[in-house]
Amino acid sequence: MNTGLAFDLLLAAALLWSAWRALATPDIFRAVILFIVFGLLMTLAWARLDAPDIALAEAAIGAGLTGALLLDAIGVLRGRRQEKP
Amino acid sequence: MKAVVLAAAAFAALLVAVMLDLPAAAVDLPAAVAANLSHSGVAHPVTAVLLNFRGYDTLLEIGVLLLALLVVLAVSPHAEEPAGAARVSVEPVLQAIARIAVPLMLLAAVYLLWAGAHRPGGAFQAGAVLAAAAVLLHLAGLLPGWHAPKLLLRAGLAGGFLVFLAAAAALLARGALLAYPPAAAGALILVIESALTVSLGLTLAGLFLFLSRDEA
Repeated sequence: MNTGLAFDLLLAAALLWSAWRALATPDIFRAVILFIVFGLLMTLAWARLDAPDIALAEAAIGAGLTGALLLDAIGVLRGRRQEKP
Repeated sequence: MKAVVLAAAAFAALLVAVMLDLPAAAVDLPAAVAANLSHSGVAHPVTAVLLNFRGYDTLLEIGVLLLALLVVLAVSPHAEEPAGAARVSVEPVLQAIARIAVPLMLLAAVYLLWAGAHRPGGAFQAGAVLAAAAVLLHLAGLLPGWHAPKLLLRAGLAGGFLVFLAAAAALLARGALLAYPPAAAGALILVIESALTVSLGLTLAGLFLFLSRDEA
């Protein structure tokens, strides 16, 4: 019971921290990685809340597909910047 | 900056206060779901709600996803170049991993679809795994980006929505939208979910692959 509570508190703190860092970091690549980390932590949170269905969807769509899309967008943006300096 | 942080903190505190202040739900939905689960054709309450009790919502959700993909198709300049060969600069390790992982991901998608009837899983998760497999193949350089969708791809994209709509229309004669006959509910849900899985996988992958320009 106590371990569970400690884990939940740690999880909540990590969620808040990664969310804040993802918004505040100036490096856009780091922001995307932090967003993916946030998504994976959110998956853990859903699993802790006994909602495995939402946890599955969050891991696949929130962290996986959205992260890949954002990384792709960064690649396109960087390519465009190099094309037209 | 400080003002924004303070405002966000105040808003968060307000949200928490409102959440704690909410009255208890007037209708005991979990009990209602549990009472009707035996008529729904599936044994997992979440799937029963998504595909049977509130199938209407899911039907519209699929429509919204399809609309989103249509918008992507409308804004992506797909006519400018023919679908070229896959990226030249590919990493052999990534390709090898993709070749091993993608068959396993397909297997996982089918398992998730099948498991949806009695445990967490279902069409959305299976479709997302399918889409992730397609994205992985694309990133490894094994699957070129999509340009103008041909007839087969269009059929795949719209198929889930059409099958769902056809089931809804066929059952409309029974008086209510998407009120499955209990005897056939399980089979109907499986058919709809299978079509949805393919369509969702293609749609989610399409959001990625139609926008991809194959830039090395």
